[in-house]
Amino acid sequence: MTEEKKDITILAIESSCDETAASVVVNGREVLSNVISSQIDIHTLYGGVVPEIASRKHTERINQVVRKGLSEAGKTLKDMDAIAVTYGPGLVGPLLIGVSEAKALSFATGIPLIGVHHIEGHISANYIADKELEPPFACLVVSGGHTHLVLVKDYGEYEILGRTQDDAAGEAFDKVAREIGLGYPGGPKIDKVSKEGNPAAIDFPRGKVTGSRYDFSFSGMKSSVLNYLNTCKMKNIQISVPDVAASFQQAVVDVLVSHAMWAVEEFHLTKFALAGGVASNTALRAAMEAACEERGVAFYCPPPVLCTDNAAMIGSAAYYEYIRGVRSGLDLNAKPGLRLGEK
Amino acid sequence: MKILAIEGSGPVAGCALWENGTLTAEYSVQYKKKHSQSLVPMLKEMQEMVDLDLSSIDFIAVTKGPGSFTGLRIGAATVKGLGLALEKPVLPVPTVDSLACNLYGTDRVICPLMDARRQQVYTGIYENRDGLRVLRPQCVTAFTEIAEELNRLGREVIFLGDGAPVNEGAMRELMRVPYLIAPAHLSRQRAASTAVRAAQIYAEQGEAALVTADDFRPEYLRIPQAERERGDKRNYQVFVE
Repeated sequence: MTEEKKDITILAIESSCDETAASVVVNGREVLSNVISSQIDIHTLYGGVVPEIASRKHTERINQVVRKGLSEAGKTLKDMDAIAVTYGPGLVGPLLIGVSEAKALSFATGIPLIGVHHIEGHISANYIADKELEPPFACLVVSGGHTHLVLVKDYGEYEILGRTQDDAAGEAFDKVAREIGLGYPGGPKIDKVSKEGNPAAIDFPRGKVTGSRYDFSFSGMKSSVLNYLNTCKMKNIQISVPDVAASFQQAVVDVLVSHAMWAVEEFHLTKFALAGGVASNTALRAAMEAACEERGVAFYCPPPVLCTDNAAMIGSAAYYEYIRGVRSGLDLNAKPGLRLGEK
Repeated sequence: MKILAIEGSGPVAGCALWENGTLTAEYSVQYKKKHSQSLVPMLKEMQEMVDLDLSSIDFIAVTKGPGSFTGLRIGAATVKGLGLALEKPVLPVPTVDSLACNLYGTDRVICPLMDARRQQVYTGIYENRDGLRVLRPQCVTAFTEIAEELNRLGREVIFLGDGAPVNEGAMRELMRVPYLIAPAHLSRQRAASTAVRAAQIYAEQGEAALVTADDFRPEYLRIPQAERERGDKRNYQVFVE
């Protein structure tokens, strides 16, 4: 007698930064809804995410977003096998909104709760984008808050090869963008203006971390841009914003691609994936794809809607936790500094 | 009528169940554990202890603020999740009013004080001889200012709340009317008081007192620092003074 395998349907909630998001995902790969309510217009006024304002906005929108996530999927809470929520890393105030909402939903309905690591979510966005992708592979997660080079050994089994020692890549983009007058958010603005600039115009240093081959450091690269700008100002030299942007972007891309390819070579990997908001950067995508192709390595990168913070990726990661029997208690707390692999 | 009350606005995490004038259960904890860890497990324990069928409650009462920004939001998001799952409305109770309801049957005026940091208190002035009367609605102000107002009123006062010990020195210096400070069991936010106050409000206003869980939002009485520094007053809610 064969029993038909039951579909596992998960409601996922994400509120770790400035996006309030909810999604319904079936079996970790099929996205029935992916609702994202962005606060970017508000935070743009301040040149970056203001945690207190983000927390207030999450509180105001959370129910509407969850309701929309369910209704767009054509589902109700009763149809859910689990409720998943990002519990770290991220901004503590914003994280607490999603966590509190998810715990209350789980308590009131009796549906199991699964706390999900935000970076695991970003990595899992690749499972949605490519239904065939399976571990092992290496993944570079780059966003405004994170720069992690991760070896994905199996579902839910990770080894962090390298991480940033100072600024996240996206943070460096934001800071440089502000200095050259492009404003917030820096990543997309630098990406756009760089298309008119010469990436070889200025030779900014490629950041290294002594004694730690895979780790990243972007603050020195950022400082060298500031030094360059100051020098030009003092000598009364007119700067070219597209050239500065393109040269800085090239330096960041070079570092990210070289570290990624070291990992591919050292661990003899046949697959490599990008993830996180900065994975939408066109120069990074193109360079990484070319480097993979050169080495006969399959390249994966989710579409922009799955690169930005979203709940579908949380629902995907939660599915693999669910089938491994992972459940969270109602005492689940937000952990802003949560490390990958930590429970 | 059944009211589930939730408290997270201050140092206390709490929940209570009120059924037709009976306080069926109250669970109150002031401990180093964060509300984010304790509140929902407390609800679960209370539910199991009194065999509460969550679908049988009429509405959820909650202290809407002021209070700790984070605490208010943990309470709010919990209430919102419950409201969404159970399809129940919310009755928001002003935090300081709820605190005033800890005391009853006194001719003295009641002045709850919540420590609001930055040398301010969340406070208000009340009578609760045989029903709550708001003499001054909840607000954020300096203790010196509320002390002046109490002196002007010229009536004996009972202070309570976590802002009372913080301002004991100032009380000795500034108060020209006799005052008492309530003991521990009367001095902290209590979900039971919120439930009782919610029942009173519902008796007076009926359905008009209820909001949907989706629309409910905390009242902070303060704008975020970043907004204040930017000089942006769009969302500023002015409450007396």
